[in-house]
Amino acid sequence: MGAQIGDQYVIPFEQASNHDVSLIGGKCAGLASLVAAGATVPPGFAVTTRAYLETLAARRLECEIRTRIEAVTDTDVGAQARIACEIQDLIRSEAIPDRITDAIRLGYEQLCARVGQDLPVAVRSSGTSEDMPEASFAGQGDTYLWTVGADAVVSRVRDCWASLFTARAIAYRGKHKLAHLEQAMAVGVQQMADARAAGVAMSLDPSNGDRSKIVIESVWGLGEPLVSGQATPDCFVVDKVLLEPIKRVVASKPTELVADIANQTTMLREVEEARRNVASLTDAQIRAVARVVKAVERAFGAPQDVEWAIDARKTEDEGVVLLQCRPETVWSRKASAPVVSRSYAPGIEGVLSTLMAPLASRKH
Amino acid sequence: MNAQVKFPSPYELKAPKGAEGWRDLYPYYALFQDERKEGDENQFWFCDAQHWPTPFRPFDTIMADFAVKCLGQYNTRHLLVPPANGVDYRIHNGYLYLSPIAVAPEKIPERVPHFLERAGFYFQNWNKLLDNWHIKVRGVIDALDALRFEPLPDMVPKEWVLEGRGLDNTYYLLENYESALQLCYKAWQYHFEFLNLGYAAYLDFFGFCKEQFPNIPDQAIARMVQGIDVDLFRPDDELKKLAHLALETGVDAALMSGSVEQALAAVAALPRGKQWLEAWSAAQNPWFNFTSGNGFYSSDKYWIEHLDIPLGYLRNYIVQLGKGITIERPTAQVAAERERITKEYAELLNDEVRPIFEQKLGLARTVFPYVENHNFYIEHWSLGVFWRKMRELNRLLVAAGFWSDPEGLFFLSRNEVRDALWDYCCAWAVGGTPTGPHFWPQRIAQRRKTMDALAQHKPEPALNEPPEVVTEPFTIMLWGITTDRISAWLKGPADSSRLEGMAASPGIVEGPARVIRSPDELDQILDGEILVAPVTAPSWAPVFSKISATVTDIGGMMSHAAIVCREYGLPAVTATGSASSVIKTGQRLRVDGSAGTVEVLAN
Repeated sequence: MGAQIGDQYVIPFEQASNHDVSLIGGKCAGLASLVAAGATVPPGFAVTTRAYLETLAARRLECEIRTRIEAVTDTDVGAQARIACEIQDLIRSEAIPDRITDAIRLGYEQLCARVGQDLPVAVRSSGTSEDMPEASFAGQGDTYLWTVGADAVVSRVRDCWASLFTARAIAYRGKHKLAHLEQAMAVGVQQMADARAAGVAMSLDPSNGDRSKIVIESVWGLGEPLVSGQATPDCFVVDKVLLEPIKRVVASKPTELVADIANQTTMLREVEEARRNVASLTDAQIRAVARVVKAVERAFGAPQDVEWAIDARKTEDEGVVLLQCRPETVWSRKASAPVVSRSYAPGIEGVLSTLMAPLASRKH
Repeated sequence: MNAQVKFPSPYELKAPKGAEGWRDLYPYYALFQDERKEGDENQFWFCDAQHWPTPFRPFDTIMADFAVKCLGQYNTRHLLVPPANGVDYRIHNGYLYLSPIAVAPEKIPERVPHFLERAGFYFQNWNKLLDNWHIKVRGVIDALDALRFEPLPDMVPKEWVLEGRGLDNTYYLLENYESALQLCYKAWQYHFEFLNLGYAAYLDFFGFCKEQFPNIPDQAIARMVQGIDVDLFRPDDELKKLAHLALETGVDAALMSGSVEQALAAVAALPRGKQWLEAWSAAQNPWFNFTSGNGFYSSDKYWIEHLDIPLGYLRNYIVQLGKGITIERPTAQVAAERERITKEYAELLNDEVRPIFEQKLGLARTVFPYVENHNFYIEHWSLGVFWRKMRELNRLLVAAGFWSDPEGLFFLSRNEVRDALWDYCCAWAVGGTPTGPHFWPQRIAQRRKTMDALAQHKPEPALNEPPEVVTEPFTIMLWGITTDRISAWLKGPADSSRLEGMAASPGIVEGPARVIRSPDELDQILDGEILVAPVTAPSWAPVFSKISATVTDIGGMMSHAAIVCREYGLPAVTATGSASSVIKTGQRLRVDGSAGTVEVLAN
């Protein structure tokens, strides 16, 4: 095979860096910088935007796409849906140049050689405009879990490319006046975490911007139902300095998303009664997630929004692995601490105001 | 709070069986009297089982009297704390009940300028005033130490006659008794001179942190303020030094067996024994003026009078050193953690708020050593000498035939002791015989029975209807009594296999429980056990190197158990309400000092 890593169609995470967003997309750039920061991330590689752009160019697809999009107006929802299907079919049906499929296959095989044969992977879209600090563009691209084998990976990469042209993405770009063809799509191919529990975490309290907290949301199994808002998660609030859990709200979790290995996909199954109303993380796991989130925030110098999983195969750090990381976008733009009115007076005046406005009436 | 949800009225509570005459043990002013029922029933009273976990003897009422009065005087009369006067008290079924007295809202503004001037002066001159406080307290201790209670001689000394003194020995005996009471009173006034302000400054920093970092764990704030080298830990540190010295001088084996006298004699016979014995004697003054209780009870045992207690701890340390175990507190680690925590919270604040944080923290750190250390100088040292002198007086009256009970004096009130002394002195003077020997023995025996019956009975945690919200700052800070705590009491323990309390010192530990209800039982504790007690005293420190966690019924973030556990890096859950009665020795527990929970895993 003539394909080489040096072609820049495929770059392992540990060789990518945060500066390559235009090449590997936001999601992969985030993972690459997590790896660079020393966090535990399941190994994988990015299929670069170059692979996507050269495929479009080789098959002269830009012209086809542009023609279709320009034919409909931003407000014609029905027409948008129709051309979205057409464009996606177009991307899926045109063959990918051999040099590119070879590179993707090689990337997967090298990952298998490193981690294990017939390795199940997650194939995730990594667009060049998502995951930016300025815009919460989360969830725009597709994700395929428990994909096994080089052919399947190539096929899923193409599905990810096609997801750049969902009706929703087309509409979003239209609304925000973004040029459709200036967006490129990279794809992350990453070892599948065997998640006992998974979820998201923020290195501040999103309800009030309090930076002394880490807020963790967690469900049994894979985290996707949580991220997509289809499951009510457990919620844990951790003091960032002491790394002690200070609040636990355990949700009822009737279902969990788990691997369906035979079908190379996932399935939603019922959670047995005994586990349903039990916290999906132990205190030790809560602390471990918090510790990792705190380290990531420190490495990046700004509040972060992290996706994590408890990988059953891992023993160190209570099995915590990071699946995604992006800068927190809401409170980061505000002053560093919530502005508080009282208790500002120093010295005796402060002591007096404390005695006058008793603590207990403000507590809880 | 629901109006039906209230605690019983003291007027409805019956005396425990066998203790029907308990009211005769205590002064009229400290009892719920029928004549003021209406007022007293409209007040909410909480039981101060933190300081008086068991019923106290008639004489011991002196400590409740002085403590409550002297706490109040600073708020009400010295500093004019704008919203808070003192805390009123009643004794019921042998337990102390407290009720804070608020200042009428319209009176608050006029107190403010006085408070700012008076309290401000103390804050500004804290260290200078505190240096002087130490001199004043030493004066009290020395004066108490100098008091003598000796039997009256057959004749007034000839020199007194020849110098024309015109006074007899009874004059000095009675005077010394009054002096002892007055010096004890003085010690209690000094006790509160800085305490309320110390807590207020701590409270101010506490409230500030709670606003800047909503729901910041209480223990995080405590750990930023808490001192590292605290005098309260010195007695224990002295024992550790003595243990090291014992190994170094080769006297360790000699120390390990026999009574105190036998062990010390065996040490003396060794070549380097003298060196060790000199260190042992030097450590005693003042550091063995240390009680295994809290100083409020005549039954407290002070190390200096019971050398078997420190020797027992010392032997334990020698054994641990022999096994290669480190016995020192991890002070460097605690200090480094304190700096890390402080720095990280400070970094979370913006440039506008950070200087205020630092100022408030600075004040809290200036004042808080007093809150921790006063305990040694007053409760342990001053009161230790006071109790020793009262035991001296007791021995005198035993010798004079007033009673044979070795602790008889403490079953009299302090005013009855004055009468008994008068009886003794007057009979001596007139050449007759005193009435006391006929009067007191059966009364003391009866009172002992009453006390025993009272001790069998657990106090109600509170009386009457609670306020909707507890707002009194000192109630919260000194006793850890919050609105939440009261509703938990009212609910009662929901599930005896799971208890909730205050997360007082972090960490999770599993191990067997050891329930300790009195300091006399401390020697039962085995390595790795979890100490479960109504309340702990700082002098229990030597057992903290053996235990793996602490659970108490009572006590806030700054209670002794919490402070000592943080110092030793052990998990602690305080204020569980009922751990020492719900948990049984030997049960396997899981203590989570971060979450404030205790689970019984197995019996």
